[in-house]
Amino acid sequence: MTEESETAAASPPRLAWQVASVVETRQETPRAHTLVLDVPGWRGHRAGQHVDVRLVAEDGYQAQRSYSIASAPENPRIELTIERLDDGEVSPYLCDVLHAGDGVEVRGPIGGYFVWSSRDEGPVFLIAGGSGIVPLMAMLRHRAHAASELRSRSRMHLLYSARTVSDIIYIRELADLSNDGETRVTFTLTREPASSDWKGERRRIDRAMLEAAGWPAKEGSLSYVCGPTPFVEAAANLLVEIGYDASRIRTERFGPTS
Amino acid sequence: MADIPFIARGFHSKRPAAPPGRLPPGQYETRDFPVLSAGPTPRTPLDRWDFTIRGGDDTVRWSWQELLALPHETPTVDIHCVTKWSKFDTKWEGISVDTLLNAAEEKGLRKTAFVMARSDGGYTTNLPLADVTGGKAWVVFQFDGGPLDPEHGGPARLLVPHLYFWKSAKWVRGLTLMDRDQPGFWEQLGYHDRGDPWTEQRYQGDP
Repeated sequence: MTEESETAAASPPRLAWQVASVVETRQETPRAHTLVLDVPGWRGHRAGQHVDVRLVAEDGYQAQRSYSIASAPENPRIELTIERLDDGEVSPYLCDVLHAGDGVEVRGPIGGYFVWSSRDEGPVFLIAGGSGIVPLMAMLRHRAHAASELRSRSRMHLLYSARTVSDIIYIRELADLSNDGETRVTFTLTREPASSDWKGERRRIDRAMLEAAGWPAKEGSLSYVCGPTPFVEAAANLLVEIGYDASRIRTERFGPTS
Repeated sequence: MADIPFIARGFHSKRPAAPPGRLPPGQYETRDFPVLSAGPTPRTPLDRWDFTIRGGDDTVRWSWQELLALPHETPTVDIHCVTKWSKFDTKWEGISVDTLLNAAEEKGLRKTAFVMARSDGGYTTNLPLADVTGGKAWVVFQFDGGPLDPEHGGPARLLVPHLYFWKSAKWVRGLTLMDRDQPGFWEQLGYHDRGDPWTEQRYQGDP
């Protein structure tokens, strides 16, 4: 360790609030919007990290929330995909009021455990419930940027549970990613109308689904599970039951952040 | 760098104002009880559960039954999570950390300036002794009149309500006495060593 990095370790720099510019907004699904942000001097992030967003009203009232970064570290801009909660305070503002050209305060990146690097070798099992796909998407996108020899050593299986087919975020990009012959994507829908022509799974996650969508336990894969609390509890408990090593299961649980 | 807030065009509060002095900066009140943890929920059977305080080469140990036999306290407190939610008037039952540390001291363990809380699943979090003594911290096993759910840290968790809630280690199994501060699990990953919500000590580098 050099003297310089020792000094840095002793007094880490403060994660300062910065005003990011909204470059573009994209509607992903009826409820999910992506904000593409240009953050001046952004020092980069790791796939799986999040940022804090702060909104300050003219009367000084402020609200803060955390949002996962959806974009790959290779992307110089950061993309946040936000689920709009109708009775929320922050998400309707971010989804409906913010437009390209506006500014928004962010600080980050934050979080050092629920992260994945394409240099981490071995198979990976990603399990998403609803908008829990967002940090996992950053991992899939990061892998897609890696050199082919790294990709072949870090194959990914994704199991993504959504309510209906129109609630699947990034559906076309996920279909493209799964065409590389190394990535397997399994969708399951919990509230898709019986009359629709959906041919995939149509039930809540269960042991058989995890066994079919994931890796054999003996592969020792690293697992990332993100979604609402009951979903993550169920998925993580099932993985342990199947024989996955608990210390190789990383979870991120959220209640809806309004 | 000075923090000069940027006014968010067209943003207004939609929430009823919290009672003055109750909500730390950047927090919002929730009536739910969100869950956050880094891995699967560990489950240790109570007949194999114990609580230990370690200092130097010495260990003081309580079985589940021995812990429950200590004097109970029933704190009602506000809690504040670094992910921005706060929950008011949460009701707990448990043992004061003072009771445990004083019993350990009587058995010869010297009190130190810092402690590391240890949990099932490998989680750790560091705390200054002053933050877990003087009636400010408990090992709790009941929430809202019932046993603490595993996903909320049962059978027992630490409760240090005046600090961000990651300091209130779930599935706690003991404390290690330390002369010098050392970062725990989240603290090594960028979170603050102390975590006072009133001064927004969220991340390393925050004042």
